[in-house]
Amino acid sequence: MHGLAFDIAHLLAGGMVIVSFLLLYQDRVSALLNIFALHSLVLALAVGWQAHIQDAPHLYVTAVIALVFKAIIIPTALYRIVRRLGIHRTLEVVGGVGRDMLAGTGLVALAILVMLPVTATADPLAREDLAFALAVVLLGLLLMVVRHNAISLVIGFMSLENGLVLAAAGARGMPLAVEISIAFSVLIALIVIGVFLFRIRERFDSVDMQAMDAFREERRR
Amino acid sequence: MSTLGSVAVVALLVVPASAALVLIGLSSYRLGARLNVGAALITLLAAVTLFGVRPEANLYLRVDDFNIYLIALNNLVSFTTSVFSAGYIAHELETGRLTPNYLRFYHAMYQALLFAMNLAFLANNIGLMWVAIELATLVTVLMVGIYRTQAALEAAWKYFILGSLGIALALFGTILVYLAAQPVMGEGLPAMAWDQLLENAARFDPALLNLAFIFLLLGYGTKAGLVPLHAWLPDAHAEGPTPISAVLSGLLLNVALYAVLRFKILMSANPAALTPGPLLVGVGLASLLFAALMIYRRGDIKRLFAYSSIEHMGIMTFAFGMGGPLANFAGLLHMTMHSLTKSAIFFTVGHISQAKGTQRISTIRGLTTTHPALGWGLVAGVVAIAGMPPFGVFMSEFLIVSSTFARQPLLALLLVLGLLLAFGTLLWRLHGMAFGESRGANTPVHSSLLPMLTHLGLVLMAGIWLPGPLVVWFQHVAVLLG
Repeated sequence: MHGLAFDIAHLLAGGMVIVSFLLLYQDRVSALLNIFALHSLVLALAVGWQAHIQDAPHLYVTAVIALVFKAIIIPTALYRIVRRLGIHRTLEVVGGVGRDMLAGTGLVALAILVMLPVTATADPLAREDLAFALAVVLLGLLLMVVRHNAISLVIGFMSLENGLVLAAAGARGMPLAVEISIAFSVLIALIVIGVFLFRIRERFDSVDMQAMDAFREERRR
Repeated sequence: MSTLGSVAVVALLVVPASAALVLIGLSSYRLGARLNVGAALITLLAAVTLFGVRPEANLYLRVDDFNIYLIALNNLVSFTTSVFSAGYIAHELETGRLTPNYLRFYHAMYQALLFAMNLAFLANNIGLMWVAIELATLVTVLMVGIYRTQAALEAAWKYFILGSLGIALALFGTILVYLAAQPVMGEGLPAMAWDQLLENAARFDPALLNLAFIFLLLGYGTKAGLVPLHAWLPDAHAEGPTPISAVLSGLLLNVALYAVLRFKILMSANPAALTPGPLLVGVGLASLLFAALMIYRRGDIKRLFAYSSIEHMGIMTFAFGMGGPLANFAGLLHMTMHSLTKSAIFFTVGHISQAKGTQRISTIRGLTTTHPALGWGLVAGVVAIAGMPPFGVFMSEFLIVSSTFARQPLLALLLVLGLLLAFGTLLWRLHGMAFGESRGANTPVHSSLLPMLTHLGLVLMAGIWLPGPLVVWFQHVAVLLG
């Protein structure tokens, strides 16, 4: 098991964690979308490699879906939406980048400390993959928490889903039905997001979530 | 084995799915509303058929003692809500809050939600169950945002973000369960089939199962509206169309709790894994106390009852966490009673807010004089949900409290504190709305009282006399739940 195959899987999964860190400090919408496309590309490679070493051809389908939908179609579509809304400017970064990076490092450490002891008996390939996947999930959550604009929320959520796909690919022999459904639901999720972004524009002239929060309390009095 | 049973199971899924496809293309809203009711009725009949002939489980779908009654309850409430919805929607169309195009979409989504909930109950495969719950989430997000006001969009957006977060955590938990099962059961579909997982659960790696359960509880707990991830629930209930509030509170929360309970059974089957009971007791009690405190300051009538739903989900979770035949029995009974009562309340509230043109509690006054049927309906509903005899909710709450006093007196004190707080606040609020001098607009509404009366009648009956087969079923499942 240990050898080149293992090392490459390790490299790709670790690569996703690094790209997740890159997502954390982007302050331009276009850059954020580009980095997300890179995130999905690395995911496609990682899943493709898993398909190769597990000898599981159905995982290639997952890899192709990741490549076509998440690395090409979705970033392009979001980029168009953003251009049409005229918000391809900068994203404000709440707090400091340094703080987010430190929090991110802490989360990665947490993921490893949680996953590795628990999976001591599992296949070493699966357990490292899973630790990285959890780290990507947590970093996606962090991105959703520290940013206040809708685009970052969406990207954070999708990078989180990428982490889940990585976990599913790492679990040896997980049935195909699930992977297809994951891809499918991401697609649906995107339709929803698209609809929402347009509606938000219509009603608020802003995708800043803080502008929306202002409406929350007033009706209660 | 029996073909009729298989036909019923297929009908439970195919009828709503095909109705959704037909409804999306149907431009007449009257026909749409009728078709919606008709499809819900056929599905209800299919659900009832399952009691007579039960099909054998396969790797994807399964009908067992636990889900069969919940499926029947689910389809009963869906049917009555579709009847209520027909009247409600006609009024929304008159006042111009919804256009015929949106109604087409609304009816299709209603059936799609029915399909997703039935699939979630029927699923034997934990992956399939996850997909069904995700589908239900997406559909309800779209329905919550259907009015397209600022508040509705905000509510839908918040629900979408928190709901997807819950769903994502639940998927991670599902993957972990598979990973725990895979070394024992080998690769492939059986390692995700619920009945086969249960048979082999004793040999799973307990540490992995523990971690999986935490993720699953957080994930599906979000969908069940448990504190601290409940924030989407009041907004989604307040801003969406009222039939959807009724279905959300009465049914979708049950689906999520059902998923949590399935995994609780799995955990209990492994002696080395952590006992899920105390965790459930903790979140249940936190939800109950938090919601009981929050009810006090609500100014919006639908928000008020949304917080009451959080409270009751807390009570159920607490009961299932305590475990044992009596507490589980009470929890199952409470699940049924809450579904029926809360949806009946939302039926009334829907007509009330249409009659008054507002959802603000401060402008709703003296309902029993201006709208006697609605006013007294609300009184009956609130008295029932607050846990007063002779309604069924009283019985389930009494059972929960008394069984807890016998085992953990201190916990019972907290439980009673929460119950009393909610009880007092609800009755105080009710007094203001139902009695006193009338104020504000009083538009007449064509209300269909039948759904509300049916539900309250059932709840009243359950409080006085529970049918024998139902008691036997509750007892049997209570033992299954451990």
